[in-house]
Amino acid sequence: MSTTTHVSVPSKRSLIYRLPVISHLRMSAGLQRGMLVVGLVLTVAFLLTAALAPLIAPFGFSQMADADGDFPTQAAPGGKFIWGTTVGGFDVFSRTIWGAQTAVAVIVVAVLFSIFIGVFLGLVSGYIGGWLDRVLVVLADAVYAFPSLLLAIVMSIVISGGQSSLWGGIMAAAISITVVFIPQYFRVIRAETVRLKAEPFVESAKVIGASTWRIMFKHVFRNATRTLPLIFTLNASEALLTLAGLGFLGFGIEPTKASEWGFDLNRALSDATSGVWWTGVFPGVAIVLTVLGLTLVGESMNDLADPRLRTRRKAKRRGGKAAA
Amino acid sequence: MKTNNVDTRVDGAVLSIKDLEVTFTTDAGEVAAVRGVGFDVAAGEVVAVVGESGSGKSVTARTILGLLADTAVARGAVLLKGKNMLTLGPAQLRAARGEDVSMVFQEPSTALNPVYTVGWQIIEGIRAHTKISKKEAKARAIEVLRKVGIPEPEVRVNYYPHQFSGGQKQRVIIAAALALNPSLIVADEPTTALDVTVQAEILELLRAVRDDFNTGIVLITHNMGVVADLADRVVVMYQGKIVESAPSVELFANPREDYTKALLAAVPHLGRHSASAGMSERSGQDKEVLVEAKDLSIVYPGRLGSPGFRAVDEVSLKICAGEVYGLVGESGSGKTTIGRAIAGLNKISSGSLKVLGYEMLDYKERSFKKLRQDIGFVFQDPAASFNPQLSIGECVAEPLLVHRGLDPRAARTRVNELLEAVQLPAAFAQRFPHELSGGQRQRASLARALALDPKLLIADEPTSALDVSVQAKVLELFKELQAELGFAALFISHDLAVVDMLSTWVGVLYRGKLVEEGIGSQVMGNPEHPYTKRLIASLPVPDPVEQAARRAAFLKA
Repeated sequence: MSTTTHVSVPSKRSLIYRLPVISHLRMSAGLQRGMLVVGLVLTVAFLLTAALAPLIAPFGFSQMADADGDFPTQAAPGGKFIWGTTVGGFDVFSRTIWGAQTAVAVIVVAVLFSIFIGVFLGLVSGYIGGWLDRVLVVLADAVYAFPSLLLAIVMSIVISGGQSSLWGGIMAAAISITVVFIPQYFRVIRAETVRLKAEPFVESAKVIGASTWRIMFKHVFRNATRTLPLIFTLNASEALLTLAGLGFLGFGIEPTKASEWGFDLNRALSDATSGVWWTGVFPGVAIVLTVLGLTLVGESMNDLADPRLRTRRKAKRRGGKAAA
Repeated sequence: MKTNNVDTRVDGAVLSIKDLEVTFTTDAGEVAAVRGVGFDVAAGEVVAVVGESGSGKSVTARTILGLLADTAVARGAVLLKGKNMLTLGPAQLRAARGEDVSMVFQEPSTALNPVYTVGWQIIEGIRAHTKISKKEAKARAIEVLRKVGIPEPEVRVNYYPHQFSGGQKQRVIIAAALALNPSLIVADEPTTALDVTVQAEILELLRAVRDDFNTGIVLITHNMGVVADLADRVVVMYQGKIVESAPSVELFANPREDYTKALLAAVPHLGRHSASAGMSERSGQDKEVLVEAKDLSIVYPGRLGSPGFRAVDEVSLKICAGEVYGLVGESGSGKTTIGRAIAGLNKISSGSLKVLGYEMLDYKERSFKKLRQDIGFVFQDPAASFNPQLSIGECVAEPLLVHRGLDPRAARTRVNELLEAVQLPAAFAQRFPHELSGGQRQRASLARALALDPKLLIADEPTSALDVSVQAKVLELFKELQAELGFAALFISHDLAVVDMLSTWVGVLYRGKLVEEGIGSQVMGNPEHPYTKRLIASLPVPDPVEQAARRAAFLKA
């Protein structure tokens, strides 16, 4: 209907309903809604655990003794140590809880770094084009071709000499993940920019006489970033896996500086053969659940953002005479 | 399934739609697209379903073939040769499609699969319904291609879709639809994507199909000229309901309903309301020359090893201050390229193009920038020409911020003035582009183009994406504003009637060359160049009686 008879609709839905995750939740239905809710519950639980770690964890991550004396080693779950203790005498439950904090820190730092650099490079490369674009695309492809864990190992050696303090370790992990992720953001934003560049509204800004920077940031940027929340969630889970991988290979963070799931898994390797299952299972489950949660959120957002993939509640059939 | 046994062919109707209701589930809840529609189509009859966008005409057409989206629910009855298409199972639907009913789509270039030959695609349809050998099927495909007027069908049957022109592709699609000799063809905007001269040929072909094969045709269209040319009966739809249904001649002569009257009044009619009526010489020749092109050529570079494409070929034209220059031509004639070159969006290849005294041959964005405030541009698609993230107010204020350096608050008063000038309420400044209708968006686009009081306005098909009634209002507004503000305009359109309504001086482009130029009413009334003659003759007018006479004259020529 393109007549001019229009009632005064409220021009903006309230901000809270336009936020990425909330708007997705509101328009979801059926199985897709279930997936999104499960993902959100897992993710929120993960974030809450990280934020409230000092309250939840009965002991510190590097605590090996309290007023009653040294902790037992390899104690089975139960009693004072509900998930048991490790060979070094750490409380597994406390370390798993503290590990969430490290994971959040690495994800936030890694994603922040890569998102800013990747988006900026993608925008410039896509909009300006020419030789700059060609060089950046080749570079991005070259980074893609590298095994990401190998690159992360090299980076962590370069940054901290393989040994690490708390922030040194977090930064090493984060920066190595960043290097791998920049090309992903770069690719996505560049593709969107190239598409948007030919849109009439960008041409209309050109005809108005807006400067290149103004067009790039005011007109292209705001339209190119719609897919970012999606890549963000998917990359967050990948960042966590890379961190765990680094820790597992021994490039992680010293157990006395911070708790890290991958490192704990590494230490649990020898336990597994001697029937000590609790040191490996709990950090492992923590990794699986967190990655599962983030991936479910990301995948459901992907499906919901696409009208063709989105399921909707069926219209009610009245009369029931015929249906197509 | 009870309805299957009822014989509905007593009155010879091929198709009978009764109380059809279609509801879509969207994010905003349920939307009723079709509400209680019913009509019959007899064998050998063309029934046109007309209506503006959103009237439910296409949805109605799709239910005839059982092609509805998963989110739609249909009620009522669509009886095709006695079978209710709404209750048939998938296998029965497949059997009915092609054999009883087939469809001709709007966009011939996307309706054919580019990786198969057209023959393969026609044979595919034939062999899905009848068990015959490939050889026989191919012979039939050749036969049907010959019937729709494809030259050398024995050779062409092995061609791929890209080897045909747009009009020929539409012929192939009609051939595929005819292959099984169905009782009914549903044609959804079959000529909308085609140029008028090609449209005339396709309409002639559809008429021949009706007469020779006694096929019923449901013609979905928004073009009243096409309706007048082809339809026996017309069904007018508005907001999912039938407003009026009458034989074509009667409907055009005495429309009963107000909506139909308004719709017919809004259709531009060649030769009426000409802007240059009574003029004998070009106006405004003493005034400043804003745009001057001399032997202007624009070549798009070809791929490696192939020559470039000459979009504009040695065109010379002149636009003076205060004058509306109308540029008409079919697709590929280079009209849009000229408009874009004047706005600095395309580089020119040779010749000279002076815009406000600036030679575009040595175009530099930096030195041209300050001239941009004297040039306004209105784009074809109002939906895409606004940044979806900015409010209408911000979009209209953009030129003021860029050139005048106004702060947003000072710009707001000017934005309100501009919105008022294009007859939009000031409250619209807070809205976002998707919250406006097409016509409102195009008004806002006009407001943005006029924000800096430009000397020259380039309007590239500004109304071709709009419904006729909205188009009429936007054109009226354009005319008023032009008279009031006195800017010069380059009005680009494929629609001769629209160009004639607005512009005093008209140029006709054909394959990049300017073949004819003159006062609007003279070019339209008494064309000299053979191409212009053909162009005007092939344009259907919204009046069945007059159109029948024109058609006879066109076919004789």
